[in-house]
Amino acid sequence: MSDYQAMQAQLVSEIAAAADLGALEALRVAALGKTGSVSALLKTLGGMTPDERQAKGPQIHALREAVTEAIAARKAALEAAALDAKLAAERLDMTLPAEAAPQGSVHPVSQVMDELAEIFADMGFAVATGPEIEDDWHNFTALNIPETHPARAMHDTFYFPDTDAEGRSMLLRTHTSPVQIRTMMREAPPIRIIAPGRVYRSDSDATHTPMFHQIEGLVIDRGIHLGHLKYTLETFLKAYFERDDIVLRLRPSYFPFTEPSAEVDVGYAQEKGRRIVGGDGDDAGHAWMELLGSGMVHPRVIANCGLDPDEWQGFAFGVGVDRLAMLKYGMDDLRAFFDGDLRWLAHYGFGALSVPTLSGGISA
Amino acid sequence: MKITLDWLRDHLDGTFTVDDVVATLNRIGHEVEGVENPAERFAGFRVAKVLTAEKHPQADKLQVLTVDAGDGGPPLTIVCGAPNARAGLVGVLGLPGAVVPANGMALKVAAVRGVESNGMMCSVRELELGDEHDGIIELPADAPVGTPFADYAGANDPVIDISITPNRQDCMGVRGLARDLAAAGLGTLKLLDVPVIEGAGAPATEIATHDPEGCPAFYGRTISGVTNGPAPDWMRRRLEAIGQRSISALVDISNYVMFDLGRPSHIYDRAKLTGALAARRAKDGETVTALNGKDYVLSDRMTVIADDAGVHDIAGIMGGEHSGCGEATTDILIEIAYFAPERIALTGQALGLTSDARSRFERGVDPAFLDDATAIVTGHILAICGGTPSAVTRAGTLPVEARTIAYDPALAETLGGIAIPAARQREILEALGFGVTEGAPWQVAVPSWRRDMDGPADVVEEVTRIHGFDAIPSTPLPRADGVARPTATPGQLLERRLRRAAAAAGYHEAVTWSFVSEREAAPFGGGAWSLANPISEDLKVMRPSLLPGLLSAAARNQNRGAESIRLFEIGRRYLADAEHPTLALLMAGDKRARSWQAGKAAPFDAFDAKAAALALLDAAGAPTDRLQVMEAVSEGAIWHPGQSATLRLGPKAVLAEFGALHPVLTRHFDVDGPVMAVQIFMDAIPAKRASGPARAAYAPPALQSVRRDFAFLAPETLAAADLVRAIRGADKAAIVDARLFDRFAGQGVPEGQVSLAVEVELQPQDKSFTDAELKVIADKVVAAAAKLGATLRG
Repeated sequence: MSDYQAMQAQLVSEIAAAADLGALEALRVAALGKTGSVSALLKTLGGMTPDERQAKGPQIHALREAVTEAIAARKAALEAAALDAKLAAERLDMTLPAEAAPQGSVHPVSQVMDELAEIFADMGFAVATGPEIEDDWHNFTALNIPETHPARAMHDTFYFPDTDAEGRSMLLRTHTSPVQIRTMMREAPPIRIIAPGRVYRSDSDATHTPMFHQIEGLVIDRGIHLGHLKYTLETFLKAYFERDDIVLRLRPSYFPFTEPSAEVDVGYAQEKGRRIVGGDGDDAGHAWMELLGSGMVHPRVIANCGLDPDEWQGFAFGVGVDRLAMLKYGMDDLRAFFDGDLRWLAHYGFGALSVPTLSGGISA
Repeated sequence: MKITLDWLRDHLDGTFTVDDVVATLNRIGHEVEGVENPAERFAGFRVAKVLTAEKHPQADKLQVLTVDAGDGGPPLTIVCGAPNARAGLVGVLGLPGAVVPANGMALKVAAVRGVESNGMMCSVRELELGDEHDGIIELPADAPVGTPFADYAGANDPVIDISITPNRQDCMGVRGLARDLAAAGLGTLKLLDVPVIEGAGAPATEIATHDPEGCPAFYGRTISGVTNGPAPDWMRRRLEAIGQRSISALVDISNYVMFDLGRPSHIYDRAKLTGALAARRAKDGETVTALNGKDYVLSDRMTVIADDAGVHDIAGIMGGEHSGCGEATTDILIEIAYFAPERIALTGQALGLTSDARSRFERGVDPAFLDDATAIVTGHILAICGGTPSAVTRAGTLPVEARTIAYDPALAETLGGIAIPAARQREILEALGFGVTEGAPWQVAVPSWRRDMDGPADVVEEVTRIHGFDAIPSTPLPRADGVARPTATPGQLLERRLRRAAAAAGYHEAVTWSFVSEREAAPFGGGAWSLANPISEDLKVMRPSLLPGLLSAAARNQNRGAESIRLFEIGRRYLADAEHPTLALLMAGDKRARSWQAGKAAPFDAFDAKAAALALLDAAGAPTDRLQVMEAVSEGAIWHPGQSATLRLGPKAVLAEFGALHPVLTRHFDVDGPVMAVQIFMDAIPAKRASGPARAAYAPPALQSVRRDFAFLAPETLAAADLVRAIRGADKAAIVDARLFDRFAGQGVPEGQVSLAVEVELQPQDKSFTDAELKVIADKVVAAAAKLGATLRG
């Protein structure tokens, strides 16, 4: 072993043993600094004979490179160890709670209205609106309910002392049907609309609130008949409840603004204290529940809106939105819908991103 | 309206069960609300005979009976305390398992003072047949032992409760329903038995109608020498079964005919009449005491039946107390009149008086059924009360006119959606009493009792409902080609975006009442619309703002212990001019709960409200970069005067209002702590101009932007936004943004001044700014600030 090799072994071993960056730097200066031992050897190269330089030069350069590499390697190792130590000191208890972003919600009534809009849009129904403070012509008279009609009394109407410019009594609409009138007077057929909104009846008990939500459907076209109404209601309810086994029972009934008129029952089963919509109401373990009112728009109503009832005919239906929400999502207390109880809203409400779509499903 | 199965059989021949009747009624449009069989109450009670009666060995007042229950088995031992219990008595035995109607007690085998008793002999009161309780029931000795008591008592007659739609007055009598059922194939309608009673001589009381508009026809007859005892059992039983109280034979007969045939009548005690009886308009202020014991003040828009002494009947609605029939009545006058439905409806509404007669007259009774009704009522009276009838006086003219509807039988398919053969249609119509003359179109003669028939659509309903709605095939609604088109209006899209943006930001959507109390509306300037007939004072005024509803909800939530309240609602404000779609948002309590990181809980402040308002407007697509912050507009002490503002697009277009609510207001609603709120006036947000889906052309600038900070000393009255806007406008080509990032007052800043620091972003275009250019821009910034009294800090 030459002297250089011995020296290299000595230096590399000292470098590898350097305890910290300070000690390593001292070793670097001692070896490679201006007055360092390796630097001193390099300086001797100038005084050598060419033969001597050819023999010793490579050995001295190899020594310097080995030392330089050893220092770099040791430095990297020491830095890594220092970082490890620093990170180890920064350890946190990751089971500590993180601050949660506040979670909001969409009210079930709004969600169901969005669901219905989505379903009916697919069938070509646009959404229409109208005022809640109505006049008695739009709410009653135009709908073939004259002043002395017993059906007026059945509506438990909220009245205002006011009259409009035409002397009509002002009231809170008792149903969404006046939107039918406003739509037919504003737009030329064919018409397909749904009209969701708040309606009011002077009625308050365990299952009735003085304000609730309804959705009205109206189709005016040529050649529309009861069979189309039946199909539309079946299709809508199957899509809404996301069940193919929805069975409807149309019962003849009476509404002044439709002729013929039908009340529509849907079959359901009682499971664990809840009504589960689906199945034939006449089957074992099943029964019928009244769900909505419907019929062919009365020719007088069509004429009242300035359309020719011999040319245009169609159907209309109305259904309670709160009721639909309760049946699908299982709430049992209508009054809670209007309380604003944060606990109830958090439980029964819907996430902002749960937008009902046809591709993603109506019950988002 | 209620009917009994047995009563129905009076009018309907055929073999059918109560279930058949219920199913058919539902199917043809008469909704059955319930079926009750009184026999069920008597289940387990039967006619039984006491064979022996001996004293109870352990009790003086008890007897031990052996009773033949008529079931062929050995006699039962029954312990009984009734003094009249004795061998040979036939009574009513309740067997173990039966439930005593009077007290709900279930009978069981039990030892009474050491003797096992196998049931109970019942008293009248225990079976709720009357009030007597002195002893057990004693039936006639020939009562068939072993017969279920319900059968023996004729109580085994199911009662069907039916909701009659307002168009079908003809079905407000058993016979009308029988006719509909027969048309639907359930049995055959029997002929109506109308007695022929000529009577002798003119009625002893003259009758007339002086109000042909309100009372077109008034038929009457007197009967002398009647005896007004109790009605016969069969009639009482039927009336009681449908919930009518039996009063006396005459009153019961009148009621019976009303429920049997849908025909109201009125019977006067002639002894209480003075002179002739006539239909006339009431005089304004005239009063009458009705049969319900209440006094009514009448007006000249009402029709009454009156004699020389005064009013005896609110025509078609309720008789007078004074001239009603009682036990002593011997001479009577029967009134069978036709009243105009509209008059009855208006009178009933005005008086707030409902009655079975009103509900029939206001829907329009059969105008061709006066003579027969008179004969039928008379027949019942003669059979039950005896007496001598007069001839019938027919005052006025019946409003009977022949009505026909031109009808094309193809309508069953084109409107009703089902092809029904013409012969079947004709069969249905004729069974319902219509006359059919075939031709093109058919002429369909409407029976006098079907006032509801108005046109061909009504004929379609008759045909299809009897044929069966179930048979109508479901027919797909034609749909437009291709993918469904969007249908939402801009207003609905705006509402949806706002709703989901608010929910995404952590707010819960509430739905609160549209009406509030006057007290709740008061701080908001009161409501423009107040209900004339509110359900309660709490729900009286249409809300002028959504905040009352949310504040009340916040108070309820605080009472339930909620510490952080984030609520919003989207709905209408009801102002004098119109209904305005509005979003209101409310935050109360903790913005952040206390935590290991941040320490104690942090409350909301007015800038949280500002942030929410801007975020929502941004989601709504409003041009938030152009909005100006200006003072609040709402009247009254709603907002904290120093911590609220509006966001406007110009002086009049107020898009939103936000800030801290006035503490007086929050106290008014019992909400604790500071409350922040936002109102977004949705109808003020400008609609986006329609353009295609493509965006304006854009390429990111090639050169990086440069940021320079400026700190100014400004008067503390200077609005920060004004300074920032001035700086932004100092060099419109170079300055792309300016943002205030520091505000400081106090040490080092002169009194009355504030230090404002603004970061300005400069965007070079083709080449980088030179130092000279940067200096020019900086000078412009300083000059713009100087115009507002702000000086660059050294």
